[in-house]
Amino acid sequence: MKRIICILTGACFVLFSGAAMAEDAVKLGVPGAHSGDLASYGLPSAHAAKLVVDDINARGGVMGKKVVILQEDDQCKPEVAANVGTKLVSEKVDVVLGHICSGATKAAMNIYKDSGIITMSPSATNVELTKSGDYPNFFRTISPDDAQALLQVDFALNTLKVEKIAVIHDKGDYGKGIAEFAYGFIEERGAKPVLFEGITPGAVDYSAVVQKIKRSGAEAVIYGGYHPEAAKIVSGMKKKKMDTIFISDDGVRDETFIKVAGKYAEGVYATGPIDTTKSPMAVAAIEQHKKVYGAEPGAFYLNAYAAALCLLQAVDKAGSTEFDAIAEALRTNWFETPLGSISFDEKGDAKGIGFAVYQVQNGQYVEVGQ
Amino acid sequence: MDYFLELFFGGLTRGSIYALIALGYTMVYGIIELINFAHGEIYMIGAFTALIAASALSLLGLNGPALLILAGLIAVIYSAAYGYTIEKVAYKPLRKAQRLSPLISAIGMSIFLQNYVLLAQTSDFLSFPTLVDEFAFMEPVSHIMRSSELLIVATTLVSTVLLTLFIKFSRMGKAMRATAQDKTMAMLLGININRVISVTFIIGSGLAAIGGVLISNHIGQINFYIGFIAGIKAFTAAVLGGIGSVPGAVLGGLILGWTESFATGYVSSDYEDVFAFGLLVFILIFRPAGILGRSTKDKV
Amino acid sequence: MKAQSLPFIRRAASEIFQSLLVSCWFMFLTFPIMVIKVNPLERTIDWQWMRLVWIGLAVFPLSFVWRWLMKRKEHGGGQDGEDSWQKRLGEKIRADRKIYTALLAILAVFVAAFPFMFSSYQTQIMISALMYVMLGLGLNIVVGLAGLLDLGYVAFYAVGAYSYALLNHHFGLGFWPALPLGAGLAAVCGILLGFPVLRLRGDYLAIVTLGFGEIIRLVLENWNAFSFGPSGIAGISRPWFFGADLSLGQHTVFLYFIVLILVGFTILVVNRLRNSRIGRAWIALREDEVACQAMGIDKTRTKLTAFALGATWAGFVGCVFAAKTTFINPASFTFMESAIILSIVVLGGMGSIIGVIVGAMVLILLPEYLRAFSEYRMLVFGASMVLIMVFRPQGIIVGVRQHYRFGRKESTEEQGERDAASA
Repeated sequence: MKRIICILTGACFVLFSGAAMAEDAVKLGVPGAHSGDLASYGLPSAHAAKLVVDDINARGGVMGKKVVILQEDDQCKPEVAANVGTKLVSEKVDVVLGHICSGATKAAMNIYKDSGIITMSPSATNVELTKSGDYPNFFRTISPDDAQALLQVDFALNTLKVEKIAVIHDKGDYGKGIAEFAYGFIEERGAKPVLFEGITPGAVDYSAVVQKIKRSGAEAVIYGGYHPEAAKIVSGMKKKKMDTIFISDDGVRDETFIKVAGKYAEGVYATGPIDTTKSPMAVAAIEQHKKVYGAEPGAFYLNAYAAALCLLQAVDKAGSTEFDAIAEALRTNWFETPLGSISFDEKGDAKGIGFAVYQVQNGQYVEVGQ
Repeated sequence: MDYFLELFFGGLTRGSIYALIALGYTMVYGIIELINFAHGEIYMIGAFTALIAASALSLLGLNGPALLILAGLIAVIYSAAYGYTIEKVAYKPLRKAQRLSPLISAIGMSIFLQNYVLLAQTSDFLSFPTLVDEFAFMEPVSHIMRSSELLIVATTLVSTVLLTLFIKFSRMGKAMRATAQDKTMAMLLGININRVISVTFIIGSGLAAIGGVLISNHIGQINFYIGFIAGIKAFTAAVLGGIGSVPGAVLGGLILGWTESFATGYVSSDYEDVFAFGLLVFILIFRPAGILGRSTKDKV
Repeated sequence: MKAQSLPFIRRAASEIFQSLLVSCWFMFLTFPIMVIKVNPLERTIDWQWMRLVWIGLAVFPLSFVWRWLMKRKEHGGGQDGEDSWQKRLGEKIRADRKIYTALLAILAVFVAAFPFMFSSYQTQIMISALMYVMLGLGLNIVVGLAGLLDLGYVAFYAVGAYSYALLNHHFGLGFWPALPLGAGLAAVCGILLGFPVLRLRGDYLAIVTLGFGEIIRLVLENWNAFSFGPSGIAGISRPWFFGADLSLGQHTVFLYFIVLILVGFTILVVNRLRNSRIGRAWIALREDEVACQAMGIDKTRTKLTAFALGATWAGFVGCVFAAKTTFINPASFTFMESAIILSIVVLGGMGSIIGVIVGAMVLILLPEYLRAFSEYRMLVFGASMVLIMVFRPQGIIVGVRQHYRFGRKESTEEQGERDAASA
């Protein structure tokens, strides 16, 4: 057995050194959850990176060099993310597209910071990542939690004129973050949240929570979390013939939500970046995914597509892979992406990604307010 | 009162699903004293097979109850086949090994099966078609209990009764009980142990598949990870009721379902699972072998 | 000539027929999930028949290999041969102090030079592996020695990690004072868990400990005011090293040596514990509770010390974990983690220190090196766990039972020690 391990280890070393042989290339690290329960949020980004890189390489690469992808699975676990970060750094990665989850991102960020590597996440929304100023090398193509929560609350109180709001979340990093901000904003506006509850993601059903929402007399529900649980709650509510308004976030403003929840999705509100899926670039990106992978792209696909484009174009414009040069290029240039024309502010949040409220009407998200 | 009833029926549905999966755990445990961690994965594979079969069959123009029954049947057959194969590959060679070895093998199997479905199918959530329409006669009470919930509860009831009768009266059932009591003695009496164990896995897996199909039909979506949490909860239910006992598994499932439902309804869903596991610890302190489990006397 | 070849042909034919059967069975089994890829949203179906062909072709030769290995295992040929080979080698090394010390010295040099020989990534994953060695050895006290199946070991790990993180966050406490505090708190939790489960046995104990682990995680997730909830605690300080301002790489090396020393300490303590009065009481308890009580061993105290001491190591490692990642959140402390630690103990060989070390190396380094397989990583990992168990049910390293010999001049103490060293 020991011998087998030795051979295996040896073989792996050979493999790794083989991968590291491609010296004259720009290395794009793509860490994220590619297995485990959160794989559905990580794999679409890996796909996006691959498609963008293939495209760019076909057009001659970046700074005249080919781009290679170093794809690593962190399972969204902080401890694995830290290892993955070190691995990417020791493989001399130039820029990193990731990580997917905020927790994993935080765990790996110090490692990238010490090595002067720029990272850009398509999906880590935790406010502190940019606002705290601890991570100058962090950029993202998704908006932070508080921006969405503010929009949700304002929309509910001012446009929909509801008074009783229940706040539900999925206990996750992302969902609970949004829900807490929403709760705070509701109180700030002088209204009273009637319920604040976390549900267990992956539970077989949510009928008890639905009953509780019904009993609380809430006119609207603000839900922080992702679409699978949202679909279960929404269909549960509709099947019980409740007409409570359901307002949710970016994690729900996803075509998959409408398809999974079907007719029950009608009337659901969700906030999200201004819809660009009809823009020619986004249409092309989605088509490309369908052609290569034979399926609709999943969560954060366009964000990752945009992030990969921004990172690689910034390297190209900077003409180097140095930290300061890329950061400068990201902050001063505007990039054409499937999310529209975007740039980045001092803290690393994207500029140019506007926000809007959408409602599902006839099986499609339609913009109803900004 | 309505609120109470709603929570009660919600808990009943959830508990019935736990019970269906717990039956498989308890049967396998009763016979070979193995916590079959891959059992939750069988449930997931059942749901996936049903989805695949239903989609394929609906393209052929099938719909309504015929589709549900046919897709369900295919799912049961396939889950049973998976259960049978897993036993042959991962547990049978370990029958004489120390007690923890098959457990680790089961954990490995569970990881393997999850990733197998993830790679062969998709990591995304898939929408599960609604295979049965709402029954008209349920209309007046539909705010309390829905048709799909009634279907789940009824199926669990029927399956449990049938299983109990099977174990009590059939030849194979008797052989199973004999094997559970004393394997060596059963062997001496001419019972084919290997066959008994295979049949146990087949029945347990089939029941899990039924659970998988019904719950997917009820909540309308599945992905490769649904088996894990359901499996752990069902295992909890089986232990709560007294592992190895068929009525115990059902009782344990129902109690667990109600605890979660009422804890969410009257306290907070934040701590739903804390209540579930807290109750488990509490009951086991007073009845260390579960509610209906028989405590065995130790002998030196 | 003919008479000889006929049975051979017949046997070969039956073998081929069997493999054909198996491969057909697997093709049937994997048919819906591998071949039919539905898209229920678009209501379309992809048929991927090629996959079926591949499965058939792959299973056919594999079934020969499987049967051959099974036969070898059943006849005991392979296993025993290997065992005796292992045993002989072990005895030889033990018998010859020179070889023994030489081997130890080589190992020590290699281990000490490791972070300087390999990249910091290699060092990082080695730190992870060593952390799991400690976790495995800690759990080995509970599961391997005392025979109490614990599926919630990760709870104590979480207690250790959160102790350091919170003490550091609120009071700026450093790594060194937090290390014993974290371990102490974990031990207290171990005793708290131990009390209600004293009466439980076997799998009932397993599920209660599993529940306990989940409860701790859920509390950390939900009780924001205390634990900052799912967003976790960031910016935990790294271990203090005489006030020196270390770079990330140097920190990694430093941490490596901290963990190495802790592992050495763990091995020393566990080894001594096993031969101590309490250690023998644990083993007695594992073998037979009733007989053990009849011999006058206090069951309550023995069980509680097992839980407490097991938890202590988890607490230590928890502190190291928080210092290593500098960020923790409840996502790191799921049931799967407990399952992996338990697998380390069983896979490596229960009750054997070297076994646990090998188990940790295999289970923690394997997924890292399997990164070359990218998406198939966890698939291969799961399959390897099953295969190792099926073909080496006693674990990779088979623990040597302690022998005490009487009626000889050689002192039994020394014999026991030597056996322990080899195990």
